[in-house]
Amino acid sequence: MNPIMASAPALFTIRSVDYRAISPVLIILAVALVSVFVEAFVGRSARRPVQLVLVFGAFLATFIDLITLHATRLVTAAGSVAVDGPALVMQGAIILLAALAAMLMAERMVDPSGDPFAARASSLPGSVDEAEFSARGYFQTEVWPLLLFSVAGMMLFVSANDLLLMFVALEVMSLPIYLMAGMARRRRLLSQEASLKYFLLGAFASAFFLYGMALTFGFAGSVNLGSIADAVSAKPSQSGLLLLAVAMLSIGLLFKVAAVPFHQWTPDAYQGAPTAVTALMATTVKIAAFGALMRVLYVAFGGIRWDWTPMLWIVAILTMVVGSVIAVTQSDIKRMLAYSSVAQAGFILVGVIAVSGKGLASVLFYVIAYGFATIGAFAVVSVVRDASGEATHLSKWAGLGKKSPVTGAVLSLLMLSFAGIPLTSGFIGKFAVFSAAIANGATWLVIVAVIASVVSAFFYARVIVLMFFSEPTEATASVVVPSAFTTIVIAAGATVTVVVGIAPQPLLDLVNNAGLFLR
Amino acid sequence: MNVYTPILILGILAFGFAAFSVLTASLTGPKRYNRAKVDAYECGIDPTPQPEGGGRFPVKYYLTAMLFIVFDIEIVFLYPWAVAFDRLAFFGFCEMVVFIITVLVVYAYVWRRRGLEWD
Repeated sequence: MNPIMASAPALFTIRSVDYRAISPVLIILAVALVSVFVEAFVGRSARRPVQLVLVFGAFLATFIDLITLHATRLVTAAGSVAVDGPALVMQGAIILLAALAAMLMAERMVDPSGDPFAARASSLPGSVDEAEFSARGYFQTEVWPLLLFSVAGMMLFVSANDLLLMFVALEVMSLPIYLMAGMARRRRLLSQEASLKYFLLGAFASAFFLYGMALTFGFAGSVNLGSIADAVSAKPSQSGLLLLAVAMLSIGLLFKVAAVPFHQWTPDAYQGAPTAVTALMATTVKIAAFGALMRVLYVAFGGIRWDWTPMLWIVAILTMVVGSVIAVTQSDIKRMLAYSSVAQAGFILVGVIAVSGKGLASVLFYVIAYGFATIGAFAVVSVVRDASGEATHLSKWAGLGKKSPVTGAVLSLLMLSFAGIPLTSGFIGKFAVFSAAIANGATWLVIVAVIASVVSAFFYARVIVLMFFSEPTEATASVVVPSAFTTIVIAAGATVTVVVGIAPQPLLDLVNNAGLFLR
Repeated sequence: MNVYTPILILGILAFGFAAFSVLTASLTGPKRYNRAKVDAYECGIDPTPQPEGGGRFPVKYYLTAMLFIVFDIEIVFLYPWAVAFDRLAFFGFCEMVVFIITVLVVYAYVWRRRGLEWD
């Protein structure tokens, strides 16, 4: 052996990896690779059925795997992955919501020309090629591996206990979504604009996250959240470097949850992306981003919470107020839902600010309840159509409730849940978040939040009034009868909203038993 | 201060040489301006030929560059593994096999989708 090598200290120590504990992520990643392989070797006509079997099979297997792992509480892979209660609950919610979003992506009945994605995303919008590909009935199946990679990134994101792994997971989650956002079959220029805006601003936010990570490493000498927490408590003196690091890491993560002033991409990306992809962005990405935000702030920087909570107070108040007020002026339902998701992010931040186990549990409850209501709402948006595709302008929704009472009633129920009316899941979620914040002394913040939710109730109620208290005209869109896929999503969204609203105890028990973040 | 004098002189020499070369070239060199001359890298190939009013343009160069990065990264990880091959033992071997399989899947996709063909 080379004498220099022999005398050098061990370069690597092989850490044990608990493959059983991280198997949910591994299953999704493995199936994603198989799915790419299918794209390469399976004939065009057989690809879609094979991909659907793979995707839903992977989600089912992963969900069963998560249930068998439900009592696992450990940190593995050299301290970089924490498999703890909150991570497992969020991973389960991500899998369920991603499966529902996948059903919206697989829907082919609502659009006469096929699924929601462009026949060839590379063809120029409005060109002869595009028309020819559409006429031949081409469709793309690359969205399925992209979806699986993105979901794997989300699952890793919520259990990453290491800033470096968290950054990798953030990119694995985001890059496929940037692509999918630009692949809409209808209104392709709007879709491509959404994709480019989301990508450029997302890359900008990632740079902030990276810079924050570098500054944190400069302070703590480690990127492991537990080691950062030790360094923070060992050096109690104020450090400008550390505060800057916290601020920059927070910017990167607050961008993903669409908090003001980092929300500028939200309306354009939500409006332009195919509705199925918007549903994915608004539910699973939000859960993943809140999971990561809380893990970083609670685990690594819990020792200096008095320094970062004022910053989060300002962001939360701005997010609630700006989101609610601007949503009032929107005339497009997808843009309105985008600003609504900004406002909801503000309400969830109120729970994050209550730095406590109760706050964590309330945020978990809120994001799950909000996720199911949101995916139901976007599913309804995808079936309300006219000759040009989805009829997203609110003027076309006038009298829709009289034309299609069931669709109108379901959307009204979901709107009431967003507004936080009792007997819906949204009410329990808001109650849990606000009471956790009051228990921690943030009474003034809760007062602002209650005022903002009154403002938000106005624009949610406006949609209901528009649908049921005005007469249908020729311009009113019609509701297309979808296949079982979209029907299941709408039914799941409505059912979860009502059941959790009336009998919240099982879900409350689940999030309360999840416990705290490990480190 | 004395120890830095050579570095200072080196800096002045380097700057002086650069300024001298550019100045001399612009004074003595022939001047024949044409379209290819002002293109990027003067290589005579328009990197993004755009049809009038927009249209499709070839992305062959980008594709090649992207594929290069994929396999470049593979090598970047293979070198350190080769250096510490014995220390990483069977565990490291398995991890590298998994890594190479993931790149292989990408390769298979690119090959089947004719990403490796120029025309």
